[in-house]
Amino acid sequence: MNERQQTLLEFMQQQSDKLAVQTLQHIGLTFISLFIAVLIGLPLGIFIARKKKLSGSVLGVAGILQTIPSIALLGFMIPILGIGAKPAIVALLLYALLPIIRNTYTGITGVDASVKEAAVAMGMSKWQILFKVELPLAMPVILAGIRTATVINVGVATLASYIAAGGLGEFIFGGISLNNTNMILAGAIPAALLAIIFDFLLSLIQKLNFKKVRRVAYALPVLLFLLSSLYFIPSAYGGKLTAGFTPEFMGRQDGNLGLESKYGLKIHTIVISDAVMYKAAYEKQLDVISGYSTDGRLKAYGLVVLDDDKGIFPPYYAAPIVREDALRKFPELEKTLNLLSGKINDSVMTDLNYRTDYLHQSPERVAKDFLVVHKLWKTSREGNGGIVRIGSKIFGEQYILANIYSMLIKGYTNYNVSTKTGLGGTKICFDALTNDQIDFYPEYTGTGLLAILQASPKIITEVTKNKDSTYNYVQQEFKKRYQIKWLKPIGFNNAYALMMREQQAKSLNIKTISSLKRYLNSK
Amino acid sequence: MIKVDSVSKHFGKTKAVDSISFEVQEQENLILLGTSGCGKTTTLKMINRLIEPTSGNIFINGKNIADEQPETLRRSIGYVLQNNGLFPHYTVAENIAIVPNLLKWDKKKTENRTAELMEKLHLTADYLHVYPNELSGGQQQRIGLARALVSDPPVLLMDEPFGALDNVTRANIQKEFKALDELTRKTIIMVTHDVQEAFELGNRICLMDKGTIIQSGTPADLLFKPANKFVKDFLEDQRLQLEFKAIKLIDLWPLLPDHQKDKAHALPANTDIWSALELLRFHNAETIDIRNEQNEIKTIGFEQLMSAFNQYKNKQA
Ligand SMILES: Nc1ncnc2c1ncn2[C@@H]1O[C@H](COP(=O)(O)OP(=O)(O)OP(=O)(O)O)[C@@H](O)[C@H]1O
Ligand SMILES: [Mg+2]
Repeated sequence: MNERQQTLLEFMQQQSDKLAVQTLQHIGLTFISLFIAVLIGLPLGIFIARKKKLSGSVLGVAGILQTIPSIALLGFMIPILGIGAKPAIVALLLYALLPIIRNTYTGITGVDASVKEAAVAMGMSKWQILFKVELPLAMPVILAGIRTATVINVGVATLASYIAAGGLGEFIFGGISLNNTNMILAGAIPAALLAIIFDFLLSLIQKLNFKKVRRVAYALPVLLFLLSSLYFIPSAYGGKLTAGFTPEFMGRQDGNLGLESKYGLKIHTIVISDAVMYKAAYEKQLDVISGYSTDGRLKAYGLVVLDDDKGIFPPYYAAPIVREDALRKFPELEKTLNLLSGKINDSVMTDLNYRTDYLHQSPERVAKDFLVVHKLWKTSREGNGGIVRIGSKIFGEQYILANIYSMLIKGYTNYNVSTKTGLGGTKICFDALTNDQIDFYPEYTGTGLLAILQASPKIITEVTKNKDSTYNYVQQEFKKRYQIKWLKPIGFNNAYALMMREQQAKSLNIKTISSLKRYLNSK
Repeated sequence: MIKVDSVSKHFGKTKAVDSISFEVQEQENLILLGTSGCGKTTTLKMINRLIEPTSGNIFINGKNIADEQPETLRRSIGYVLQNNGLFPHYTVAENIAIVPNLLKWDKKKTENRTAELMEKLHLTADYLHVYPNELSGGQQQRIGLARALVSDPPVLLMDEPFGALDNVTRANIQKEFKALDELTRKTIIMVTHDVQEAFELGNRICLMDKGTIIQSGTPADLLFKPANKFVKDFLEDQRLQLEFKAIKLIDLWPLLPDHQKDKAHALPANTDIWSALELLRFHNAETIDIRNEQNEIKTIGFEQLMSAFNQYKNKQA
């Protein structure tokens, strides 16, 4: 079946299990954090309404929290709280805090002074005034705050999938990295619908008259609690080992789908971003991860690659891909880029990655050191024969390659160079290339075959038997379809791989994916 | 019954109330009268401890209110606010039931009492389940009064209760107010800046200025024995009308001609001149009959009334 012809509806039907799980997780995450935010924000709002002097600083701090970019906030949470639901909930609740505190404060201070005075004069105690006068009268404003917070949370909760907390972000970010529009929409549309539905329901509650608002105020905590508990339904099952796979890996035939179909591997899986996956494995929060075989963190965190004994991971040999009109425009370019061909094997690449990712050396420095050692280094000619635009994806290896190529072009030709590094995923990078925003970038044969060409399963089995047939196939197809040329392979194979902590793999005697499966199946 | 003893309240440098003393007898209706900002509201609020005095003491029934639990004290004092202060999220019935609920009355008792008050205040039971914003200003003020009266507190404090109403509505409510039997049994302190209202409703008046009491006494005392020029000037504008309201027929009794006749219907002699004049004018009567407490009856006409009034005033001067 060709993926392109699959409609969104078919995709959603096919993935309905996952969709249901993700939606429940999404609602759960949204409301657990909202529930806690109300528990904290409401009393805090009441408190600063009493002590007005503190209101400035409390609202200020909550305001600053709100301006921290969500990804960064999630990033800060990991060292403190690890990965999974905990840091996601904390981050979400920090976002929800401001509207709740602020509206509680505004609502309570906005209660008519003469009504409050009447309450005091009739002999109501402080608590009676709070619960019978101030809170009921402030309730519409407080509800408006909760409504804002809910909508914010539904949105931000999509990012929770970055740190293995689940939710509809799994589809959205998986779809982006897989260049799968249906998958993106299958996450984005339900997320948007959730936001609209909750916003609408809360707007109804807000419009109720005083009598009913009172009832709602009692029902709300119960409702929040019930919605919160949805999160725990899907994750109620556990397992011997826990795997952490990237959203991209989850959706790929040469990823989790292949593990399930070819190996019959069933493992308790959480979805997590590449950025935190290796560390989480090192810290024993995960046991099996889906990594790249040349990743520097492999070395840094003491992980070993499990042998792919059934050959489900196709070869991912890296080579620069260049638009043909750029080759015509810069006649020297091909020769120069091919200087690198065959120079970097797997272990060299792992080492280069280790230096940037773990030793935190700059990609420029790593690139230059490499060229010097391999006697390829030449000082820049400061040429002005036109500007070659280099692209790279958003991870370390690509930065290093982009820098190496930049130095080669400057040293060996009269061209100048501009780099556009950090282009999100495959889709973004490839679109930039076809739209003439960059001239070339390093791509991997497997990615070209699966993500860009989206070859049929038949062709995939046929051409992934060895690295050369894969290379030849993508080279031909790219030329035909996109007028893009694959230059000579650089040498290393950055394929997907399952990896585990070396120590654990040894003690469990797991060397191959098949032996991992046997271990999981044993009682 | 209520004794205010050299009480002061300073807000920073503002001396809102500056060492004032006065007493209110049981069932008396005392008016705090004065221009805006003279400290009337502040004085009133110190009596139910909405404001704590800077110095001085207040006693109710001989007990210093500073020694009482504020909530308990307040539940025994009715308070009517200038702009009614009804709870917008409570129905009329719920608003009236606030204090009974605090006092843990049973439901039936509260309902009966509410119905009784609604009738006395000329409000139909239809209004019980509407919210305050669906009521007119006059109706809201009546509910405010009902809420203050519901637990039948011995003391009632009222801060310009009719201030926000138009003249016609105010006159009507004032009449009802005077006729309300509930109120005759109560000790009332009422704040107003309206001289007419003060003379109409007050047994005694404390005229205040800049946080102090300039003079306190009966309406007639203020009119005919003003303590200083301030008092005189304060009353000058509406002097004649005030005099008609302040002087009762009984005051003129000796000055009126004897005309013994036995009449069944006769006006009580503690009626003020203003009301007597209204009767003569609007009912087109040649004469009216009046009766004193010894059941003596006189029949008087307009001329005789006016001449007695002039003689009385000359004697006061
Ligand atoms: N909470 C407060 N803080 C500071 N000053 C106050 C406060 N309350 C009252 N004052 C001041 O005390 C003085 C007396 O105020 P008060 O409210 O008792 O006047 P009032 O006689 O009731 O006037 P009005 O007829 O306008 O209601 C005013 O000068 C007022 O500005
Ligand atoms: Mg006042």
